[in-house]
Amino acid sequence: MKDWVKKHPREAALLGAIAVLFLLPLGGVDGFYTAGNLRNLAIDNLPVLLAAAGMTVVIVAGQIDISIGSQFVAGGIAAGLLARSGLPMPAVALATLGLGALFGAANGLLVTVARIPAIIATLATMVLLRNGVLRATGGDWIQGLPSGFQWFGLAPASAPLVYLAGAGLVFAAAAWALRHTTAGRAFYAVGCDHEASRRVGLNPERRVVAAFAVLGVATAAAALLNYTRYPTIETNGGLGFELKVIAAVVVGGTAITGGRGSLIGTFLGVILLGSIGTVFTFLHVNPAWEKAIQGAILLVAVVADTAFGRRREGTSP
Amino acid sequence: MLSLRHIAKTYPGARALRGVELELRAGEVHALLGENGAGKSTLIKIASGVVAPDPGAEIRLGGEQVTDATPRRMQELGLAVVYQNPTLFSELSVAENLCLGEDGPVISWRARAERARASLARVGADFDVERPAGGLRMAEKQLLEIARALSRRARVLILDEPTASLAQGDADRLLDLVEKLRAEGVAILYITHRLEEVLRIADRFTVLRDGAWIGVYPRAEVDRARLIRLMAGRELAELFPKAGAELGEVALETRGLGHGPSGLRDISLTVRRGEILGLAGLVGAGRTELARVLFGLAPATEGEILVGGRPARIREVGDALALGLAYVPEDRKEHGVVEALPLVENISLAVLRRLGGVWLDETAEEKLATGLAARLGVKAASIHVAAGTLSGGNQQKVALARWLATEPRVLILDEPTQGIDVGAKAEIHRLMGQLVREGLAIILISSELPELLGLADRIAVLRGGRLAGVLPAGEATREAVLHLAMEGAET
Repeated sequence: MKDWVKKHPREAALLGAIAVLFLLPLGGVDGFYTAGNLRNLAIDNLPVLLAAAGMTVVIVAGQIDISIGSQFVAGGIAAGLLARSGLPMPAVALATLGLGALFGAANGLLVTVARIPAIIATLATMVLLRNGVLRATGGDWIQGLPSGFQWFGLAPASAPLVYLAGAGLVFAAAAWALRHTTAGRAFYAVGCDHEASRRVGLNPERRVVAAFAVLGVATAAAALLNYTRYPTIETNGGLGFELKVIAAVVVGGTAITGGRGSLIGTFLGVILLGSIGTVFTFLHVNPAWEKAIQGAILLVAVVADTAFGRRREGTSP
Repeated sequence: MLSLRHIAKTYPGARALRGVELELRAGEVHALLGENGAGKSTLIKIASGVVAPDPGAEIRLGGEQVTDATPRRMQELGLAVVYQNPTLFSELSVAENLCLGEDGPVISWRARAERARASLARVGADFDVERPAGGLRMAEKQLLEIARALSRRARVLILDEPTASLAQGDADRLLDLVEKLRAEGVAILYITHRLEEVLRIADRFTVLRDGAWIGVYPRAEVDRARLIRLMAGRELAELFPKAGAELGEVALETRGLGHGPSGLRDISLTVRRGEILGLAGLVGAGRTELARVLFGLAPATEGEILVGGRPARIREVGDALALGLAYVPEDRKEHGVVEALPLVENISLAVLRRLGGVWLDETAEEKLATGLAARLGVKAASIHVAAGTLSGGNQQKVALARWLATEPRVLILDEPTQGIDVGAKAEIHRLMGQLVREGLAIILISSELPELLGLADRIAVLRGGRLAGVLPAGEATREAVLHLAMEGAET
C-alpha cells in the first residue's frame, strides 16, 4: 500500500481528492446517492472518458489535438445523416468510427508529413471541420432520425447500463494494451524522444499518425455514445469538448511534454473533474465555482508535474 | 566485420567527406581520430545508416554488401552506436530502455526485468531496473546504452566520445569494459579526443582531416606526437604561445569581493591591461561564481569592484557591458551560441543596440560579423549558416566573436578550450595572445593546468570560495597550484 502510494503519487492524490468530493454530499444532502443520479453522472462523463483515452495516447506520444470538439460534432452528424439515409445501425457505427480514423490520420499526416506543429495543424482542422459542418447542415439540427437511432434501439431503461459496461470494457482493454503491448509502449518511446526511438528502429512518424488515428476513433465512439442519447442532433455541439478532455488527461498525470502517463490516471482525472459540477449542484454551491475549482485543480496538477519532473532531472536547486 | 570504402558526402555548400575508407575487424579496437569538423560524426552517421553517402560508396557488414542502409537495417546486421550524449528514454524505466522493441506483441514485465538484469550484468552494472533512466548518473547511462547495444547482439560497436563527460574512475572502468568486449570478439570503433585512452586500448588508428582520409596506422607505428601531427597536418610546436605583451594600468580590481549565496568571500584581485590572469581551483572552488559576480549575473553582496581605477556598481549584465566587461561562459551549448540562429546574428547579439537605433543596420551587422569571423578564423560555408551546424571549436570562436564585438576592456573566458580539438585550441590561444598585445585584460578560467601555466602571467588560485593565493608565472608550477588548490588545513 505504502509502496503503491510512493510509486503512484498522482493516482493516490486523485483518489484522495475524489474520496473527499464524494464524502461531501453525505452530510445531509438528499438525492445524490441514488441509482438514477449516479447513473446519469456516469453516462454524462462517458464521452469525455473515451475521448480522454485517445487523448492520453496522443499526449503520451508527444502531440496534442485540439480539433476533437469539431471531430466530435462531425461524427455525431455523420452518424445521424447516415442513419436517416436508411443505413442499419451497425453499419452507421462502423462508418462513423472509420470517419474518425480518417480525421485523426489526416491530423497525423499534417504533423508528420507536412511537419506542422500539432497545435497549429489541429487548430486549422478544428476551424475547417466546424465550418464544414455548419456549411453542410446550414446550422439546422438533424431531426427525423429513425427510431432505431436512439440508444441503438435498446430499451431506454437498460441502454445506459449497456453503454457503461461496453465503454468500461473498451477502456480497460485500452489501459491494458497501452501498458502491456509493444505497440502501446512505442507511443511512450516516441513521445519521450523522437530521435532515440528512430535509433532503436521504431518508425516515429508512423506511430504519431497511429496515435492521432486512435484518438479519432475514440472521439467518434464518444460521439456515437453521446448523440444516440437524444432524438435530435445539435450542429453546434462539442464546443469546448477538447478542453475538458485535455484537462482530464493532464490532471490524470500525463506529462504534456510526452512520454509519461497512464489510462488509470486519466480515468481518475475524468471522474474528479466530471463530478465536481454535480456534487456542487447538490450542495447548492454557486455553479460559477465549478469552473474555478476545475481550473485550480488543473493548475495544481501542472505545477506538481513540473516540480516532479525537475526533481527527477536533478536540476532543482 | 565492417568495411566502408569510397565514402564521400556532400552537403549543400560543404563537402563533409571524400575518399574515406574504414575497415573494422572482429576483436579489434579501432580508433577514429580527427579534429572537430574532420568528418568523424558524418562517417558514423553513414556507417549507422542515419545519413546516406554519395553514390559510389561501398558498405559491407559481416561480409554482406549493404545497399539500403537504414538505421533499422544496420541494427539488424549487428551494428550499434553509443553516442556521446546517450539517447535514452529518460521517462522510461531502465528495463524498458533495454528491452524496447525486443519483445513480442505482448510484454511480460517480469521477463523484461530478468533480461534487463542479465544485460546489465554483462557490462558489470547493477542498478534498479525499474528506475526511470533519466535519474541515472552519466556513467550509468553510458553503461546502459552499451548494455542495450550488446543485448541486440551487436557485433560492431561504435563508441562516440564515451568518456567525454565521465570522471576518471568511471572512464577507467569503461575502458576495462571495452577491453573485455574486444576479448569476446566484438569489433569496436572508438572515437575520442583523449589520446591517452586510445593509445592505451586501440589496436589500429584511422585518421581523418578536413573530411579527407589520411591513413590507417597500427599501434606500433604511432605515438602521441605523431597522432597530433597527423590530425593537425602541421607541427604544433608551441601549444601555448606566451603572450609577451606589455602590462599597462590596472583594468579591473576587486576589494574584499564576496557573494553570500554561492559562498564566495573576500576576493581581492587585480588584472592589468595586457595581462592574462589565470583562475585555478577545483570544481566548486568558486571560479565560475566569481566570473558571474563580475559580470553582474550574481551581483556581489559584499566588497567592491573597480574598473579602470574607478569604483563600479555592477548590479546586472547591462552595467558590466557598459563598463567594458565581456564574459564567454563555460557551457557553449547552454549559454554560449544560439544554435538555431545564423552566425551573423550570433555575433551581433550583444551589440544590437549599437547597430543603429530603431532599425537594425543590417549592412553594418554583416560587415561586423564578416570581419570578426575572418579575424577569428571561423570555418563556415557562410555567415548565414546556423551556428548549431558548426563544430565545437568553431562554435567557441563564434561565442568569442560575439563578445569581441562589444570591444571589451576586460574579457573573462570560462573554459574556452574545453572539448575542442588541438588545432582550434591553438588558434584560440594565439588569439588570446594577440588580444592582450592589443591591450585587453583577460581573466582565464581553466581546469587544464598546462593551459593556465603556459598562458597566464599570474595564476590566482581559489579554494572553497576564497582566494588561496596568487602565483606569478615564474613561481607557478603544477605542484604549487595544486598545493594551493587542495590544501585544506587552514582557511
